Amino acid sequence: MITSFLLKSFDRTIVIAVAVILGLALIVPALNLLTAPDHPLHVPTYLVSLFGKYLTYALLALALDLVWGFCGILSLGHAAFFALGGYAMGMYLMRQIGARGSYGNPLLPDFMVFLNWKELPWFWYGFDMFWFAALMVVLVPGMLAFVFGWFAFRSRVNGVYLSIITQAMTFALLLAFFRNDMGFGGNNGLTDFKDILGFNIQAQGTRAALFAASAVALALSLILTSGMVRSKYGKILVGVRDAESRTRFLGYRVEHFKLFAFTISAMMAGVAGALYVPQVGIINPGEFDPANSIEVVIWTAVGGRGTLIGPIIGAVLVNGGKSVFTAAFPEFWLFALGGLFVLVTLFLPKGIVGTLQGWRARRKEYRKAAADEAARGQTAAEPVAAE
Amino acid sequence: MNEKKPTSLLYLDGVSVSFDGFKALNSLSFVIEPGELRAIIGPNGAGKTTMMDIITGKTRPDTGEVFFKGDIDLTKRDEAEIAQLGIGRKFQKPTVFESHTVWDNLELALNRKRGVFATLFYRMTPEDNARIEEILSTVRLSNRRNDLAASLSHGQKQWLEIGMLLAQEPELLLVDEPVAGMTDAETAETAILLKEIARTRSVVVVEHDMGFIRDLGVKVTCLAEGSVLAEGSIDFVSADQKVIENYLGR
Ligand SMILES: Nc1ncnc2c1ncn2[C@@H]1O[C@H](COP(=O)(O)OP(=O)(O)OP(=O)(O)O)[C@@H](O)[C@H]1O
Ligand SMILES: [Mg+2]
Repeated sequence: MITSFLLKSFDRTIVIAVAVILGLALIVPALNLLTAPDHPLHVPTYLVSLFGKYLTYALLALALDLVWGFCGILSLGHAAFFALGGYAMGMYLMRQIGARGSYGNPLLPDFMVFLNWKELPWFWYGFDMFWFAALMVVLVPGMLAFVFGWFAFRSRVNGVYLSIITQAMTFALLLAFFRNDMGFGGNNGLTDFKDILGFNIQAQGTRAALFAASAVALALSLILTSGMVRSKYGKILVGVRDAESRTRFLGYRVEHFKLFAFTISAMMAGVAGALYVPQVGIINPGEFDPANSIEVVIWTAVGGRGTLIGPIIGAVLVNGGKSVFTAAFPEFWLFALGGLFVLVTLFLPKGIVGTLQGWRARRKEYRKAAADEAARGQTAAEPVAAE
Repeated sequence: MNEKKPTSLLYLDGVSVSFDGFKALNSLSFVIEPGELRAIIGPNGAGKTTMMDIITGKTRPDTGEVFFKGDIDLTKRDEAEIAQLGIGRKFQKPTVFESHTVWDNLELALNRKRGVFATLFYRMTPEDNARIEEILSTVRLSNRRNDLAASLSHGQKQWLEIGMLLAQEPELLLVDEPVAGMTDAETAETAILLKEIARTRSVVVVEHDMGFIRDLGVKVTCLAEGSVLAEGSIDFVSADQKVIENYLGR
């Protein structure tokens, strides 16, 4: 059962994409660790972390594409799931600091000592163990998505209304996490991390390993989503996107199909956030900013929604562009991003990958038509020659 | 009042529904027997589509009873449940999955387990394959199997949708204006197709095309302003003074 699911998930494009991503997981760390700093192919450590960050963004965009591209649910709150996964990882990293904080408290993170708290809040228990934190990385976003989706999809909230309430959700979380008494470090968030799984988080080797982990997570998620969208389940998702009432009158419980995709997608976003935090070294409430969720939509649209490779390419290209652009003209980035979105919507409505696929399909059809034509011409010509 | 319930397949009694004060259905009652093919006619806005909405759980009646197979109360169930009970529906505007192939459209309609996990791990079996082939030839789309549904003509989409209903294996089929936008030849073929389908299940057809209704040669119900105006053979109904005034004469 599982094997047939996996076999179906591999078509040529996916195999190539997975191979490229896993290749990067080996090559980039190797070029960083094994070459001398003055070697022409050397990848400096700061770039390893920057590329690692792009990979986590790519994973977030892939997660969004599963619900938006394949099921038509335009979530404008996916950054919330990303941030929750990030906070779960951040809590683990905070507790790894132990007595090395500025206040030297073995149990309480610095911000709690600063707030004069005497004991660890109950929801911080367990986060000293990596396995527990890792579980929470998927469980917390997954649970939130499940509960949120349960109510939204059952009451058939659709289209722009759904988008608005997802924005409201991330905004509410933003306000909540800003509060000091929530117990997540308030405004400053969680930072000053020391180690992860016993390794120094600043060390070159750890950075390389985090990059590789991000690439592997992206590759695995790509295989998972590909298996999902290629299965009968995935075809029904697309059916829900294109003709929801038809799926319903065929006897499918549309709300269950949406809920499953939404929950899986939120879990993937949580994993992305958890890999993002150790690479950038901080998580704060700013990650819940509604604008962040909208940016994810733009990456996905630029790359091509409803294709699996598109969001990955879109996330890397747009964020690469952002890094270059903000270095040169920091104040114009938002205009550039907005302009890009308008241009893509107008001229490449299917995004980069969708447009390329369209060309390829049309060329194939054209060739086939030409071949048919030639074949017909020959058969028609034969009787004439015989005469 | 209830003595007809046990034997009939579909039983509507005194069904009324209004939208913002406008009575779309006004104490509508009728009965469909197992294996029956019934035609429903009536002017625009008579409530024909609304009646189908009520039967399939899309709209809840304000008052009245709707029973399927004797004692299944359809007013208490939702669309997916009613579809799984064995009621299939073709929409007035042909609705197929445009970005799927003809084959995939039928695969999705096939009467198999409809849960998330069942579909996630579904594998095409030889029986399913054979069944889809059979339906493809019934609705004359065998040579279009790998084409996207979006590329079909209007009439072919209507047929694909009928094929999807067949794949669903319902006991009752509700077909809303199946020949709208079809050529005369296609219309005649559709009449043959529906009669063939009705040999093994009950079918309710809503249609404006009187020639088509004549071709079907079955009992006709004429609706107007949300209730039954006349019921009987096509000749009987079309001779009815009220039907001529309300519908045919207009
Ligand atoms: N959801 C709704 N909200 C408001 N009014 C509605 C709704 N559904 C139907 N109506 C109204 O109820 C009346 C009956 O509509 P219905 O679609 O059932 O007619 P019909 O017999 O199918 O007509 P046609 O032959 O044009 O398809 C119409 O006046 C329509 O405007
Ligand atoms: Mg109608």
